Amino acid sequence: MSRRLLFLLPLATLALMAGFFAWSLLAGRDPASIGSVLVGRPAPRLEVKALREGEPPLTDALLKTGKPALVNFFASWCTPCLAEHPLFARLAERDGAVIVGIAWKNKPEEARAWLKRLGDPYKFAGADLEGRAGLDWGLSGVPETYLIDGQGIVRRHFRGPITERDVNDTILPFLKGGR
Amino acid sequence: MLCVVILSLFAFPALAVEPSEMLPDPALESRARDIGRALRCVVCQNQSIDDSAAEVARDMRRAVRERLAAGDRDEQVFAYMVARYGDYVLLKPPFKAGTWVLWLGGPLVLIVAGGALLFAARRRRRMPIVPPQPLSEEEQRRLDALLKN
Repeated sequence: MSRRLLFLLPLATLALMAGFFAWSLLAGRDPASIGSVLVGRPAPRLEVKALREGEPPLTDALLKTGKPALVNFFASWCTPCLAEHPLFARLAERDGAVIVGIAWKNKPEEARAWLKRLGDPYKFAGADLEGRAGLDWGLSGVPETYLIDGQGIVRRHFRGPITERDVNDTILPFLKGGR
Repeated sequence: MLCVVILSLFAFPALAVEPSEMLPDPALESRARDIGRALRCVVCQNQSIDDSAAEVARDMRRAVRERLAAGDRDEQVFAYMVARYGDYVLLKPPFKAGTWVLWLGGPLVLIVAGGALLFAARRRRRMPIVPPQPLSEEEQRRLDALLKN
């Protein structure tokens, strides 16, 4: 009898592995994803020079106004940034979202020209030429976007361009429902 | 030929660390190298920041050196990176609840499989050796017939 049970061992192993693979596929497990440790924690220090001439530098105070805000790292040389740009334009215009844009590793004049050409959705715009702010924010590249609540806590971290779906399913409900 | 072999012994993988990035203090620089080799570039699959030419990797190398120059201990530099990028940046994952299968899985399989092999070998040795049964008349007849052809 115990012998027969032994023959079930390979089958059990197979079932175990199949279960793991099925879970990996169906639950969207992605071992290559960095994830984000910032979600649920206070937003990192915000300390960057202004991108637009004659404006004061960006500080943490911008993220603790009681109103949720979006922080978007972008660059004029980044194609996915171009792809997500209309969504930010709409969020700013139609939905009145507070969007902080930070030009990452981008010459300020080039970033300014890019915004001039495409429209500027940023209520506050900063320039992080050396990528120091990016590192503080756990940035892996551009574009990345952080959804910050009114108390300055990071609620979502989008690595890569935001999509229509992110706007409709996550950002808009948060801006409307969240404080 | 021999020359090539000998030379290849001195070859080491090309580092992405540029001379301009290096710290003037060799002791600090050597610590920065050790840390850099253990930190994972966040945009490359399984490359350390010392091996990667990515922009972010360069920023991370610079941050490591700035932390060290400011007097941080190695653990503080690692903590600084983990606070920003999570355990993902550590090429050697920490031992904790989520990773014990990763750390113990291999040795565990080895122990279980080794134990099973040992058990099977012992049992085989203990089994009595049964002498083969003599052939029956019928079998002997068939064998003879086959051998004759």
